[in-house]
Amino acid sequence: MNIIVILFPLALGLGLIGLGAFFWCMRSGQYVDLEGAAWRVLQDDDQA
Amino acid sequence: MAAQDLSVFVSHRDGGIASMELAVDGIRCAGCMQAIENGLGREPAILGARVNLALKRVSVEWREALLKPEAVVDKLGALGFKAYPFVPERQEEGAASEEKRLLRGLGVAGFASMNIMLLSVSVWSGNSGDLDPTTRDFFHWLSALIALPTAAYAGRPFFESALRALRARAVNMDVPITIGVVLALAMSVAETWNHGHHAYFDGVVMLLFFLLIGRYLDQLMRRRTRDLAGNLAALKAETATRLSADGSWTSVPIAAIRPDDRVIVRPGERVSVDGIVETGRSELDQSLVTGETAPVAVGLGERVHAGTLNLTGALTVRVEAAGQGTLLDEIDRLMSQAVGSRSRYVRLSDRAARLYAPVVHTLSAVTFLGWLLVGGLVWPQALMIAVTVLIITCPCALGLAIPAVQVVAASALFRRRIMLKEGDALERLAEADIAVFDKTGTLTLPEPDILNAEALPTERRAEIGALAAASHHPLAQALSRALGSLPAHADVREERGQGLSVMLEGEELRLGSVAFCGAETDAAPVMAAHSSASFIAYSRGAYRTVLALGQKLRPEARQTIDALRAAGLEIAILSGDRPEAVAPIAAELGIDHVQAGLLPGDKLNLLDGMAAKGRKVLMVGDGLNDAPALAGAHVSVSPVSATHLAQAAADIVFLGEGLKPVADALAIARKARGLMLENLWFAVLYNAVAVPVAMAGLATPLIAAAAMSGSSLVVTLNALRARSGAPEKEARP
Repeated sequence: MNIIVILFPLALGLGLIGLGAFFWCMRSGQYVDLEGAAWRVLQDDDQA
Repeated sequence: MAAQDLSVFVSHRDGGIASMELAVDGIRCAGCMQAIENGLGREPAILGARVNLALKRVSVEWREALLKPEAVVDKLGALGFKAYPFVPERQEEGAASEEKRLLRGLGVAGFASMNIMLLSVSVWSGNSGDLDPTTRDFFHWLSALIALPTAAYAGRPFFESALRALRARAVNMDVPITIGVVLALAMSVAETWNHGHHAYFDGVVMLLFFLLIGRYLDQLMRRRTRDLAGNLAALKAETATRLSADGSWTSVPIAAIRPDDRVIVRPGERVSVDGIVETGRSELDQSLVTGETAPVAVGLGERVHAGTLNLTGALTVRVEAAGQGTLLDEIDRLMSQAVGSRSRYVRLSDRAARLYAPVVHTLSAVTFLGWLLVGGLVWPQALMIAVTVLIITCPCALGLAIPAVQVVAASALFRRRIMLKEGDALERLAEADIAVFDKTGTLTLPEPDILNAEALPTERRAEIGALAAASHHPLAQALSRALGSLPAHADVREERGQGLSVMLEGEELRLGSVAFCGAETDAAPVMAAHSSASFIAYSRGAYRTVLALGQKLRPEARQTIDALRAAGLEIAILSGDRPEAVAPIAAELGIDHVQAGLLPGDKLNLLDGMAAKGRKVLMVGDGLNDAPALAGAHVSVSPVSATHLAQAAADIVFLGEGLKPVADALAIARKARGLMLENLWFAVLYNAVAVPVAMAGLATPLIAAAAMSGSSLVVTLNALRARSGAPEKEARP
């Protein structure tokens, strides 16, 4: 059972990374326009 | 065209960077988005342009020293997009930050419930096997470590709302939620401390997660509708031509006009301010303001109102603040009176909460006392069972039941080009049992049209249209629009108050008053047939014809009225126009309940009278004179062509010319209300099963978790049924 000492922090850590990624998405405004992003991916040019 | 001045819309940042938000007409696809962003990006002074496709807006940043805001609008115009700048309302910003807060809470609660569930599943399976008590305690403490900060963070929207309600001596859904969450957490910590078997950390966090979904959906819908309503206001692009002291003029947005400015109103323009005429005389069409279609003469020192149409002469108007005794002031006063009555409406969810909270708290208290006094348990055990009752009954499904239906129904309405401005408008619309229509601009189209099409041979359309296009007279312009806006004839002579003439192939063509064209004999039968219309005559050589221009019913008006009748609504017309102008429209639609010649206050009084008799009034109107009635009615609808104030007062705004959206909205609202009630009944049923189990002390955290997620899933799936309804039209806001 000693394996849980490694596994739990690992699981929590992965979860926290996901949560951090979610916050980062919000902060960079990725939820502001949910329709536009779906179309932007289809644009051909490589201009930033 | 006078120069534009858009500086009021620009916000300034450090480093000489200016930014502006614009609502853009006609953004539909990725191509438009790319065209705008790349097109603006090629301009060196513009630092960045970003399109928001969901809101049809563009935000632009540029170096202030290099570019004027007007140039940005011109650039977009050159790219083929009409853009309208606006100032985002403070209310909008508040809603956006609230939405972000809910979304962050949702993220935290989601993360926590996943991880706690991971621990809980191990404990549940271990409890039926040979779980070492030390390991269980360790798992419970780990759960507590995640759950307590999560509840403190993600539960704040509920705690704050519950406190606000309690301070106002009211009970809303958040009060039982808060009590349930706090007690369940406290009990679980105590249980863990005492090395108990059951802790409800997973239940609490999952509850918060589901409730936040409901809350977020609710907020999302409100913000979206409010933003789109803001776009609508910007698209109207109301401007005024301001006269400076040195005699030059600029076209400025209404927002920049101050009292005592002087404004020029040319013939054919709509008056955009309230004020007093300083120079000039003219006739005004006040139909949008009073519903009256006959023109009214104004001159020096007389008062003009925003929304009226200047017909014949140029006016200079000194702008008045909404002072004492003006029409606007009167309408303002009536509106504030009217809005008070609507705010007393209690939403379905709050009504459910009023019933729910006392029942659940009584049950839980009975459980505690029952186990303590009759069941012979010690108080911590009795309390534990009582708290289980609170957790099991916590209105998880209830919190999702109504917002989920609202979001689905609102997007169904949006696809039919109907916009919901208030969240509870759906509930109120579904209850309506009498529909009251304004006539001018609501049942009829706002622009006049040709009523006697038989008097206009197809081979003459082009020559009449070309003649009409040469004039700024409103009647000629209406005729020109009705004939499809043809290019104007050159060399047209206009005789003021008479008409237009031009020489063509050796014949004189005339368009104007009946006398100007010598068409008295032709006019008599037309005038007899269309008593409330305006007349315009045309002559070429010996040929004469007389056209009647008047208000035409909106398309689908007849079907809409029939559909509303079929839905069990009584129909009435309340109009500010003359009785003889209202009667033919009423007769055509078969409406008996008609009152005409009403003042704005009269309309409101009549609606109040209906409300006092217990009627739920659906008011459909567009004029400034309808605004108090729109605000005072149980629920109100405006076409997008309505005056600004009317649109602001309405709960629902529909786009397009047809009237059918009114019937569609009613059908969807009724369906949505039915689904909301179904969902509430489902919640009752669920509790009827779950509560006895919990009161008997048989509920475990596993049962609580399964019941909670199961019931949430059922109500959400049921809510999706609000999508289907009346046939759809492509949304083009």
